[in-house]
Formats: sequence, structure tokens, C-alpha cells
Amino acid sequence: MLPMVELTIFALGILLIDLMVPQGWKWINALGAFVGVLFSAVCVWQIQSMLPARGLLGFYNSLLVDRFAIYFWYLFLAGAAISILASVHYLDVENEHHGEYYSLLLLSVVGMMCMAAGIDIVLIFIGLELMAISTYVLVGFLRRDRRSNEAALKYLLLGAFSSGIFAYGLSLFYGIAGSTNLGIIARAVSAQSPHNPVVVIALLTTMVGLLFKIAAVPFHQWAPDAYEGAPTSITGFMSVAVKAAAWAMLFRILLFGLWPLRSVYVPVIVIVAIATMTGANFAALTQTNTKRLLAYSSIAHVGYMLLAFVAMGTSQLGSAAFLDGFKGILIYLLVYTFMNLGAFAVITSLRQRNVIGDELDDMAGLYKRAPVEATLMLLFLLSLAGIPPAAGFLGKYYIFLSLIESGHYGLASLGVLYSLFGLYYYLKIANAMLMRAPMETGRLPVSIGMRCAVGVAALATIVIGVYPEPFIRSVNWSLGIVQSPHVAAVLK
Amino acid sequence: MQSHILSIILFTPLVGALALLFVPKENKNAIRWIANLFAFGGFLISLPLVPMFWAQRFEPGFKFLEGTPNNWIPSIGAGYNLGIDGISFLLIMLTTLLGWISILSSWTAIENRVKEYYVWFLVLQTGMLGVFMALDFFLFFVFWEAMLVPMYLLIGIWGGPRKLYAAIKFFLYTLLGSVLMLLGILYLYFHHHTVSNPQVFTFSIPELYKTAPLIPFNIAIWLFVAFFIGFAIKVPMFPFHTWLPDAHVEAPTAGSVILAGVLLKMGTYGFVRFSLPFFPSVVSHPRVQNWVIVLSLIGIIYGALVSLMQKDMKKLVAYSSVSHLGFCTLGIFALNSAGLTGSVLQQINHGISTGALFLIVGILYERRHTREIAEYGGISNVMPIYATITMIMFLSSMGLPLLNGFVGEFTILQGAFTANWKWAAWAAPGVVLAAAYLLWLYQRVFFGTVTNAKNEKLHDLTPREILTFVPLIIMALWIGLYPKPFFQILEQPVNQIVQNIHDKSNANAAVNAQVAPVPGPTAAAEIGSDEVGSNLVVSKPGLTAARLKASN
Repeated sequence: MLPMVELTIFALGILLIDLMVPQGWKWINALGAFVGVLFSAVCVWQIQSMLPARGLLGFYNSLLVDRFAIYFWYLFLAGAAISILASVHYLDVENEHHGEYYSLLLLSVVGMMCMAAGIDIVLIFIGLELMAISTYVLVGFLRRDRRSNEAALKYLLLGAFSSGIFAYGLSLFYGIAGSTNLGIIARAVSAQSPHNPVVVIALLTTMVGLLFKIAAVPFHQWAPDAYEGAPTSITGFMSVAVKAAAWAMLFRILLFGLWPLRSVYVPVIVIVAIATMTGANFAALTQTNTKRLLAYSSIAHVGYMLLAFVAMGTSQLGSAAFLDGFKGILIYLLVYTFMNLGAFAVITSLRQRNVIGDELDDMAGLYKRAPVEATLMLLFLLSLAGIPPAAGFLGKYYIFLSLIESGHYGLASLGVLYSLFGLYYYLKIANAMLMRAPMETGRLPVSIGMRCAVGVAALATIVIGVYPEPFIRSVNWSLGIVQSPHVAAVLK
Repeated sequence: MQSHILSIILFTPLVGALALLFVPKENKNAIRWIANLFAFGGFLISLPLVPMFWAQRFEPGFKFLEGTPNNWIPSIGAGYNLGIDGISFLLIMLTTLLGWISILSSWTAIENRVKEYYVWFLVLQTGMLGVFMALDFFLFFVFWEAMLVPMYLLIGIWGGPRKLYAAIKFFLYTLLGSVLMLLGILYLYFHHHTVSNPQVFTFSIPELYKTAPLIPFNIAIWLFVAFFIGFAIKVPMFPFHTWLPDAHVEAPTAGSVILAGVLLKMGTYGFVRFSLPFFPSVVSHPRVQNWVIVLSLIGIIYGALVSLMQKDMKKLVAYSSVSHLGFCTLGIFALNSAGLTGSVLQQINHGISTGALFLIVGILYERRHTREIAEYGGISNVMPIYATITMIMFLSSMGLPLLNGFVGEFTILQGAFTANWKWAAWAAPGVVLAAAYLLWLYQRVFFGTVTNAKNEKLHDLTPREILTFVPLIIMALWIGLYPKPFFQILEQPVNQIVQNIHDKSNANAAVNAQVAPVPGPTAAAEIGSDEVGSNLVVSKPGLTAARLKASN
């Protein structure tokens, strides 16, 4: 609990300090938030070092701090740290530099941590709402910008609606099990027939909520609008940390709680995965707004991850296919955090005093104006497209491996074909950046914070791609696998 | 004590690329000097490999092995493993030579964004060398895909008017092939784990050689198709070739040289290194073999006919590549040692002569900024040295005896004839057509009087330009006059691959024979004209039995 308490204290502290900070010195808030994230990471590290293998239960068995949770906590903190670095200059340019921004950012991370560690549906739901409400506000943070307001309203309405459905599904499970604890729910559900209508309705409504949060087709409608309208720094944060939190919640509920029902939900997920890849990839082809394009691309990535989830759901618990699928999604989220935040950071830096900078045309000739940023953007795009040695390939590798291992050759072929679509629209951005003449001359001023953000993201993308061993090990660790069973044989 | 010569050769260009990053981009000449230094250095460093390899050319297996299995990513069983045999040795030497020549030839051709150009070119060089050296499938795939990026940039940034289209088309096409191949690789990887004892996940290619042929035919055929599409796009074989003319026409000269000289060879290299040893039962299946051969023959004839009709010199050379590579795939899928040896040798020849042809076109383009054949005429009057060199390279490309093309094509035709005389009969017109389109081109561009006033002031080759051709001419003459060393280098790996295919087919046939004994007379009739001069008489009956089994 310590990291969350600590983050909350910093979030409230920033609100207080903000009152005393003059307009030109608002970066102090950012510094405060960054230090808060660092402290929190140290706390997580301390917990990690004293963690028993089975994890620690707390708060009347509603919170389970296990390695899985720790992995996600690090992920959220990394996402938040990079987003903070990328925000400072951007908010100055937007003239909306307020302490609330960082405060809300930290609070949403607290919510995410609850989602990742919760094994009680009440705690998960509270965490979800804390995260969601903070993000609703952050999306609408540019008060004077009409797009931002529109996006926030849409996101709020749809989000509240889906939360309602989600809560309804959870309440039915409470009715079935007589408890809000996922462990007890799992036992109660396995006693029921999976075709009991109440169970099916409860499952489907719960899944609507989960699929909405990870933005899978057909529950993705909010994502392009919210991503486009939100402050760019928040768009990046939403696409990685918020999404990772939703995945953590999905794992907790579908794997820990509702695993006995997998014969019901896996077919649904197959359809959703195919629809997600199809819808998102086709929609992305025609986008001319980079933020919107990356929004659709992030939906497409959800489709690939759902494929791995299908591989997990159709194989035995603990089999190679199951573990590789699980590792695939975890690594994908890790890699995605860095490459997507990097890409959004570069787009953020295009926002200048008189340029909005989120159209594809604004990318034109970026190489002439900011060679380093353009080259690193190329790295992020290639990584998103899954070209080795950039890190994105590793996630793709595991996902397709798990599909092959579980015998889903058709789905695997579909997935790789859609990755070509991905390459096409990422290359559209690369073409504009590297091969077109710039619309305006003069170097692009890039702040120090932004340089750090882009640099860290690029370094992570390349290191994970070239030497993934430690990262694979850390994922193995978080899943409680000493080494994958097959590799034990390799190492003898 | 391991020898690290392969790693040194592999990373010299990359070191050069990193060094260039520290040179200010305004200092164009310094950049050029450094890039050329590293490119030439890369070639010089690869020269000691020649005597070292020569000393052990008849020893079996891969040589100069580096790295232990799984030393890179133990968690998934991928290792940094390098090693070469005769086939990859020749291709590596070709790559280092052509890489140096291309970089030298770009001295005046590239004027904007010079620094990036050389950086990407050197990165490309490392990527290509890695493909030929990797003995680990994961490593191979990383190089195979990573190399697409610099090529895409070379076409897209320094290309001609339709560069964006050509660059994206090139990238998408080749990626289509490689993602299908990725699924195939993952299947092999998983299959190795299921059948090996103790169960091990590994990407090591020599390990996979042992288990991949065990895959049952009905699955192996799909894997073969996945790999085949990947390699066929790269080669490119007939229906997959449409990216090639676009990419070649738009690419800068040096890009075309590398594209034709080395990149296309990756497809044929893939066939030799992976398709044949992994799926012996599939490639020796007569229907599969026939299909691939028919595609190769269509490629030979179609490529030549299309070349004949071109108005653009570079497009002509590009289509001639389709025709020449058709010979290479024909030789590979003849599945005997003559065909395979000829094919590998022809890959080297094609790299030398077509690389030179692209340089030739580039030189004229640099002076006049047009590649329309109709714009020229009587060039031999103003540029005599150029005309002479062009003649030598044209003759080499069309396969005139005493030059390299002849040796390769003749050996391939010999192999094809041994396998089935009809294949050779269909391929032979390709040689004639090659002579037709090249000589006609030569006549239109070089002979006669200078028809276009703009051509009167063209200056002849500079010493630097002559220097780019010297090694190519030496190699063309060497292979043409005394090819024996090359045959010796190829002998061991080629025989091993061919032997392997026939052993595996024999094994399958033996299993089959117990179920349904093959009647003797039919087997004899099936062999037919295949007998003549074959090196494979040993395994003939078994092969035929396998064919019969498959056709049942």
C-alpha cells in the first residue's frame, strides 16, 4: 500500500504547493510529481525485495501484492515519469500549466495500482473509477480548446455508461458468489454450469466493461476522439498506462476470477480480436491526423494482444502456449509503453506557439527541422510495426509463437497480414518526416524535458530489442516462472 | 580459440556508420573519405578469409563458427551464432566487394543529405552480411528484416520521381514474404521442441536441420509455401516480381547495384540454405518441383521478352535480372549438384555483371539525367573507354564463353538437362534473348554517329569510375577463364545438400516401399532420360520410388 499512499501524499502536496508557485515557475510542480514517482518506485522496489513468492495479502484479502502487481506498478510509474517529462514544455505552450494536471496524473496512477493489485471487485472498481475520473478531467484539461472539451464529454459519457454496465455484471457475480472476493467468485462460478443464463449475462456485461477499457472493437468508439482531443501528453499516457491498467484488470478478472468460464468467453474474444484488428487497421489507413492514426494503431495493437489471450484461453494452464501468450502480452505492454510514449512525445514536441502540430502535414520534413527527433521517431514507428531489432518485434514474436503453439494457424496468418497494414500507415508518417519538404523552415525548438523523455523511450526501445534477455527474465519472474519449463532444458 | 573474423567483417561497416555520426554534416568530403575508407577496409578485411577458407574448402560442415548456442537470449533459445560454408563464403565476398564499389560509385552521384546516405549504406552492408553469416534463425530474421529499413530509406530519400511509391511497395512486398516466413520459423522452432529429446527450444539452424525433415508431408508443404513466398518475393520469381522494376528504376545507382547484386541473392540463398534442407520431401515431390521450375522458366522467358521492349535502360537491366534469376532458381530446383553449383555461381556472376550494368547506366544518367534509350546514339565516339567496358560487361551478362556468365549458365543448363531435358530446352532461348536485348541496346546507344547534340560534349570515364569497374572485370575474366577454384569451393556444401535431399527422400520411400512395393519396370520408365551424366546415380531408384509414392 505504501507506494499508493506516497503518491497520494505527493498529489495533494502538489495542489498545495501550486498555490504558492508563480506562473513562470510551474515546472516545480512537474519536478514534485517526478520526485513522487521516483519515491514511489523506490517503495515498490523495497516491497519487491521483501516479497514472498506467493505475494502479500492485505486489507481483508482485497489487495494482493504479488509479482504480477509489482510488474504492472513499475510499468505505470515508468509511463507516468515519461509523460511528466514530456508535459512540462507542452503545458507552457498551451498556457494551461496548472498543478492539478500533475496531481490528477499521480492520482490516476494510484487508481491503476489498485486495479493491478486488487483481487476484490470493489477495490478494482474503486481503482478503476479513480483512474477513469482523473483521466476524464485530464482529457478535458485544455479548457479553451473545443476539441478537448468535446473529447472529455464523449469520454465521460461513454465511460460512465460502460462503468455502469461493468458494475452491473460485477453485482451479478456478487449475487452468485455471495462475496466480492475474486477467489471466492472463482470457486462459486466453477460450481455453476457455464451455460447458466445468469452466469452468462454476468460474464458478458463484465466483459463489455473490460473490453471498453482496453478499447476493443466494437467498444472502441471513444478512443479516437478522446485521443485526438486530449492534450497530446495525456494521449500518450492514456494509450500506455491506462491501457496497461485495463489489461491488468482484465487478467485479474478473467484469469484469476472467471477462468472456469473460459469456454464461454474465449469464442467471444476470438470474434472481438478479429473485429478489432480489421476495424482498426482499415480505419487507420485513411487517417490524416497523426494522433488519430496512432489511436487506431493502438486499437490494432489491442487486437494482437487479444490474439495472445485467445491462445492462453484455449490451452492448459501452465502449458507452453499459455505461458508464452501471457509473457507476450506482458512484454507487449512493456515495449508498447516505451515506443508509443516516445512517438507521442515527438508529436507533442511539434506543438508550438502557433502550430497545433498533430496533422500528418505537420510532420513533413521533420528531418530537416529536428534530425534527432525524426530519426528516433522512425525507430518508434518501426518498433510499432514490429520490425527487428526494435523492441516491438519481441512482443509480436511471443504473440505469434503462442498462436502457433496452440495451433491457431489461421489467426496467426491473419495477424501477420494485418501487421502489413500497420507498416503501411506507419510508413506514411515516416515518408512525411523523412522524404517530404518541410512546410516551414527553422529548427524545431525541443525542451530538455522532452529530450529526456524521447531519449529514455528510444533507449528502452532499442535495448529491449537488442538484448531482451533481462526483460524476458523479469516477465518470467513476474509470472512466477523461474525459467520457462522448456528453457530449463536448454540451460541444463 | 575461436576465430572472430566473421564478426570483424560483419561489424566493420557498422563501426563506420557510427564513426560517421560524429562528423559534421557540412563536411561532405570528409564524410565521403571516411565512408570509402570503411567500405574499402571492409573489403580488405574480408580478403584474409579467402586463403583461410581455401585451406579447409573440402571439410564438411560450417566453418569459422562463432558463439555458442543460446548465448544471446537464453530464455528463448536464440544465439549469436555465425558460420559459413562455401555458398555463403562466395556471397559474403561478393557483398563486401559490391559494397565497396557502390560506395565508391556514389562519390559524385549523391549531393544532398550525404551523411545520412553513407550511414544508411554502411548499415545496410552489415545487415546483408549478417543474413549470409547467421547460423541462428532468430539472428537471421533480425538481419533479414532490419536490412529492409536502410534499403527503404535509400530508395525513398535518394530515389527518382516516384520514389515514395517504390519505397513503400518494396518494403510492403518484402515484409509480406518475411512475416509468412516468421510463422514458418516459429513452427519449426516449436516442432523441434516437440520431437527433440530432451525437449529443447532452439533457433540454431544446424539443430533444426536435424528435426525439420521429420515434419509430415501435409504440414511441410504449407511450411514450404510460407518460406517459398518469402524467398520468391525476394528473388523475385515470376508472379512476385512486380516490385522489382519500380524499386530498381527509382533507386539511386548504388542502391540498384546492391539491390540486384546482393539483395536478390538472399532469396536464392534462402532456397539453398533453408528450403532444400528443411523440406526435402516437398522439394523432391515432382509436382512441387514442376511448379517451381515452370515459374522459373516463365521468369526466364518473360523477363527477357519484357527487357526487349523497354525504352528505359535501367528498366531493361531490371527485367533482365528477373530472367537471370530465373536461371538461378531453375538450377536450384533441378536438385542435382550441377544445377545447384551452377546456380550459386550464376548468383555471383549476376552480382558482378548486373551490378556493373547498373553502374554503366548510372554513369550515363549522371551525365545526362535521362535513361531513355532514344536519347542516345553513337556514344562510342565520345566515350571510347566507357564503350569498351560496357561491351565487356554486356558480353559477360549475356553468357559469352570465356566470360563468367557462360560458365554459370552452362552449368545450370547442364543440371537442368540432367534432370529433364525439356527444362533445358525451354531455358535455352533465354540465353539467346539475353544476347538480343543486350546487343540491340548496345547498338542503339553506342553505334552510329552521335544523333543527339547534347551527347557531343560527354566526357569519358574518370579514373575513379574506371576503378569501380576494374575488380568486376577481373572477376568476370577469372570466373570465365578458370572457374575451377569456385567449383571446388562449392563442391562440398552442394554435394551435402543434394545428398541430404536424396537420403531423406530415400528414407521416406523405404518406409513407403514396405506398404506398397514399387514395380520395377515402371520405376525404370520413370527415370527416362534423367540418366545422362548424373552425379546422383546412387540415389536414383530411391528418388524415383519417392516420386511414385508422391504421385500415388
